[in-house]
Amino acid sequence: MELLGYFNYWVFAVVLVIGFYAVIAKGNLIKKLLGLAIFQSAVFLMYITMDKIEGGTAPIIQDGADGQLYSNPLPQVLILTAIVVGVSMTAMGLALVVRIKEAYGTIEESVILEEDHRS
Amino acid sequence: MIVVVFGVFLLTILVVTAVAIVRTENLFVAVMLMSIFSLLMAANFFILDAADVALTEAAIGAGITTVIFLGALALTARREEAVSSGRMVPLAVVTVLAMVMIWATFDKPRLGDPDAPVHQHVAPWYLEKTPELIGIPNVVTAVLGTFRGYDTLGEVFVVFAACIGVLFVLSAGGLRDRSKEADAESIGLKHHLIPKVVGRLLVPFIVLFGLYVQFHGEYGPGGGFQAGAIIATGIILYALLEGETNALRALPRRVLLGMVVGGALLYTLVGVAGMLLGGNFLDYSVLASDPVVGQQVGIILIEAGVGITVCGSLLSIFHAFAAREAS
Repeated sequence: MELLGYFNYWVFAVVLVIGFYAVIAKGNLIKKLLGLAIFQSAVFLMYITMDKIEGGTAPIIQDGADGQLYSNPLPQVLILTAIVVGVSMTAMGLALVVRIKEAYGTIEESVILEEDHRS
Repeated sequence: MIVVVFGVFLLTILVVTAVAIVRTENLFVAVMLMSIFSLLMAANFFILDAADVALTEAAIGAGITTVIFLGALALTARREEAVSSGRMVPLAVVTVLAMVMIWATFDKPRLGDPDAPVHQHVAPWYLEKTPELIGIPNVVTAVLGTFRGYDTLGEVFVVFAACIGVLFVLSAGGLRDRSKEADAESIGLKHHLIPKVVGRLLVPFIVLFGLYVQFHGEYGPGGGFQAGAIIATGIILYALLEGETNALRALPRRVLLGMVVGGALLYTLVGVAGMLLGGNFLDYSVLASDPVVGQQVGIILIEAGVGITVCGSLLSIFHAFAAREAS
């Protein structure tokens, strides 16, 4: 039971490296962006795990509930805006991938590098 | 106890989904799994008491991101080419990295520990003072809107800049020929009766829910970021059903760009108004005679600015991908 308290952090570590693996080992640019999205989701999970407090509830103050514990609102605010910025960056990355496809005719990294060497 | 078990269950599926995303060679499947991954993540956030974040992840991660990925897939490739060599080194690197990080977690306070350092520092102050200083129940919205208003303004400008960047990158050359508008793909899902009928019924309710999330953000989970994404989702659904041309007729590009600029401008002007009335930049307490009412007025205005910018940006990005000719 004591060890189960670390389970969220283990999942964070595993999901983080799964995303990282996709970024470094996959040649497909869309796959790399998916990996990056997984990577950042893992970071979100770590922050949100830290906000939880035992017996707490979502940080929305209720009248007449004195002594109610609330989870920490600060990591939540950080991650809330990070998610929105994340989708903006993903869109920007995908736009660049679309232009790469138009210029090279492929989105496989190895083929793109080959073409660059030839020219 | 039951919540802990459910959390472990959800996190296990999360890991399995992440592995499946990386392993599959069909990019369409990978994007669909990514949507499921986001939804599972949102459920986890909800279990961890982060209702606002769960709403954001569900609307943006599972909704908008999937649509943008699909738009990019239509313009690039459906399948990934198999790579046969060079897997061992990355695999070794990430395995070692995972081991080190798992080893490091034993130094962290366990989940829900009330004595964890993160709960000791400034967080209790915000929970205690928000009802008194701001007078709204949702502490997340209070921190986002006023205590940390500068940062949120920065985030709005990041969204703004990303939208402008995508439009720059995608609007040069290769735009679809507008004279061939009547071809089969641009009339949406007209030939699919059931999605069309059901979808049409859903659109107004999605937009209505978006407005509820926008204006109820001070009292419940919600706010500008979530509302902007939900309303954008509703309009994207409309575009998928009725065709892109009809969606652009309802909300032309220049209106969307006006929303992107106008929302960011509204946020900045609220800050400047605070300065003109004798306070600091983004100090809302001078906006009304009672400081607490002033804070509430300021939060409602800047949340509206955030919502307008996010909605406009996401729709502009969607249309930028949709308008491009597949090469």
